[in-house]
Amino acid sequence: MNHLLSIEDLDREAIERICDRAASFAEVAGREIKKVPALRGRTVLNLFYESSTRTRSSFELAAKRLSADVVTFAASGSSVEKGESLKDTILTLNAHKPDVIVIRTPWAGSAQLVTGWSPAQVVNAGDGKHEHPTQALLDVHTLRSKLGALDGLDVWIVGDVLHSRVARSNILAFQKMGMRVTVCGPPTLIPRGIEALGCTVRHTLDRLAEADVVYALRMQHERMDQAWIPSLREYAALFQINAARLSPHQILMHPGPVNRGVELSGEVVDSPQAAITAQVEAGVVVRMAVLYEVLAGSRASAAAPSAEGALA
Amino acid sequence: MNAEALVRAPAAAVDLLVRGAHVLDPRTGIDAPHDVLVREGEIAEIGAPGSLEVPAGAELVDGTGRHLFPAFVDPHVHLRVPGQEHKEDLGSGTRAAAAGGYCAVVAMPNTSPVVDSASGLRSLRDGAARDAKVPVGFMPAITRGLGGEELTEMAELRALGALGFTDDGRPVVSAGMLRKALQYQRMCGGVIALHEEDPSLSGAGAMHEGAVSALLGIAGIPSVSESTMVARDAALAGYEGGRVHMQHLSAQESVLAVATAKAQGVQVTCEASPHHLLLTDEAVRSLDTRMKMNPPLRTEEDRQALITGLRDGTIDCIATDHAPHAKDEKEVPFEQAPMGTTGLETAFAAVYTGLVEPGVLPLGLVVEKLTSGGGLLDLPVPMIAVGSSANLVLVDLDATWTAGEHGYASRSSNCCFDGRELRGRILMTVAAGSVAYRERAFSLSPEGAAS
Repeated sequence: MNHLLSIEDLDREAIERICDRAASFAEVAGREIKKVPALRGRTVLNLFYESSTRTRSSFELAAKRLSADVVTFAASGSSVEKGESLKDTILTLNAHKPDVIVIRTPWAGSAQLVTGWSPAQVVNAGDGKHEHPTQALLDVHTLRSKLGALDGLDVWIVGDVLHSRVARSNILAFQKMGMRVTVCGPPTLIPRGIEALGCTVRHTLDRLAEADVVYALRMQHERMDQAWIPSLREYAALFQINAARLSPHQILMHPGPVNRGVELSGEVVDSPQAAITAQVEAGVVVRMAVLYEVLAGSRASAAAPSAEGALA
Repeated sequence: MNAEALVRAPAAAVDLLVRGAHVLDPRTGIDAPHDVLVREGEIAEIGAPGSLEVPAGAELVDGTGRHLFPAFVDPHVHLRVPGQEHKEDLGSGTRAAAAGGYCAVVAMPNTSPVVDSASGLRSLRDGAARDAKVPVGFMPAITRGLGGEELTEMAELRALGALGFTDDGRPVVSAGMLRKALQYQRMCGGVIALHEEDPSLSGAGAMHEGAVSALLGIAGIPSVSESTMVARDAALAGYEGGRVHMQHLSAQESVLAVATAKAQGVQVTCEASPHHLLLTDEAVRSLDTRMKMNPPLRTEEDRQALITGLRDGTIDCIATDHAPHAKDEKEVPFEQAPMGTTGLETAFAAVYTGLVEPGVLPLGLVVEKLTSGGGLLDLPVPMIAVGSSANLVLVDLDATWTAGEHGYASRSSNCCFDGRELRGRILMTVAAGSVAYRERAFSLSPEGAAS
């Protein structure tokens, strides 16, 4: 694998390979010294055009645990604010000779564009409302850790699908892993044509009990001025995942940050069914696996050493 | 209208004999090999192949195996003057037109500043009188600054040669505003051309709303954002007895709305663009910014509806909406890129390759639709008939070429057909009696060269 641009590009085998490698890296996270020399001397450049706490920090941590050098550029306070184009920014940053560029932008397809402007391997950390592939990989990894095989399981993705890159990547990733996907939310927040991705669309939670996994999306307060929904209060009444709606057998997931009292009630966030903390933990090991895959992966798959080889 | 509507730089009237080309003019019904003699820029004689002598001093062009059509007219181009000359100017834009077989083009007013005043129009016409390789007509704005709130001085602009009026690039959002323009049209004439889009529906959309936009997570522009405005404005035109031209139809619902209005006797005409006739939103999957235009590429059903509309007469002409943008402006993420594709240099070959060669549309119909755009704005329609001004395009239908292989005459290269293998090469364009374009590898016969 050269770049990680989208889940659409990956097949099930690639998803499983990354998750398996993440599982072996999880062992490192349990050590006292949480660092391996796999990417020693390599440079990872994080370029974030949007604010991000957990994705950015988990990429940084992942790179550091692999002994790579990490530089993080945020759009605010940088040349981006001074009107530099994405292309010019990349051409400038190429001078630092990065081996990997991890990029998040508010624009679909920007990671793909960067591959044409830089010799570095590119990892998409979120491109507009298009994809967020490492989130989907860490979600699959989290579920596999808890449930084993995912074939035949039902997952409901609930909330603001329209504005969610997480939803798009996860619809694709969950289906590639053999799951049935239902998206649910008010019609104003479900994009027209989403059925073409193979998911079922529902506008009520009446049949939520059918789900094995409930994946709630973040409601973004800043969008409420555009009247996508009449009120957060009514949204919560119709679509909030709370104790009354969540069945005991279900696993609850959320990409964070959670709005307690909106898409999730406080009690379900704190319940043992919630895998939200496990998702964050998975974030580091899955991103370690992704960085390893894009840098050492092609060589590794040719020589076919296991991830253990990387740990040696 | 007082002033001459079309303007170009001074050019020598040509004397030439095109010998043996297959002459096709759907209006005169001619469709066979002929000799066509042009004297002092006028079609002087049409005869059997090989029957006409080359007059002294005239150029001889060997048309054997080639086709001669009336040259094309594009009622919808963006020449970017004034203010955006880094994208295009009157010289480069009209060279692109000539290279595409066009003998006249009509420039849109969404420039910087907007063409909405007598002084703006005058200065543009002066510029065209210096720089334009083919005659150019101008349509100033309907509303000042394209703001949608105050009418331009339509009567004065008409007296200065305005072909009609348009806020192209933007809709006239307020029905009441358009109604006033239609009322004023009754006094001063001039077709009102409309970019149909309800911004409350299209919003921040960057592509057609459908399965592809859902996958890409890009905000969609629904078909109804166009078709509801087409229906509204056709109703207004019917009510006021006005004449409207709907620009760049893209959606099947819009074709239906125009057909309905025409059946009710509304004076409405409309156009379709080569890119909407040949491409769909599937082309946007790669997020190639050359595929970003407004209205957006829609679905295969929409494309088929446009083709059917051309065939049954609902759609009156093919217009390119030639919209040049600088390289760096398009080298950005899709959502940031400006809307538009160039089209003048590829229109004929793209439509010929995509629709005529596979047998979808007859060649005669395509030639008719490529030449009819000016007539909708009351310009004379180019014809191959004795006594007509020579507006001719010589084409090699068998020639295969790759769009952009030698660059473009346009200053910009944001062409949605760039890199495609096309059939049908323009060899020579005669516009209003003067040679406006010769293909670089197309040489004259020995007699012609010697003369």
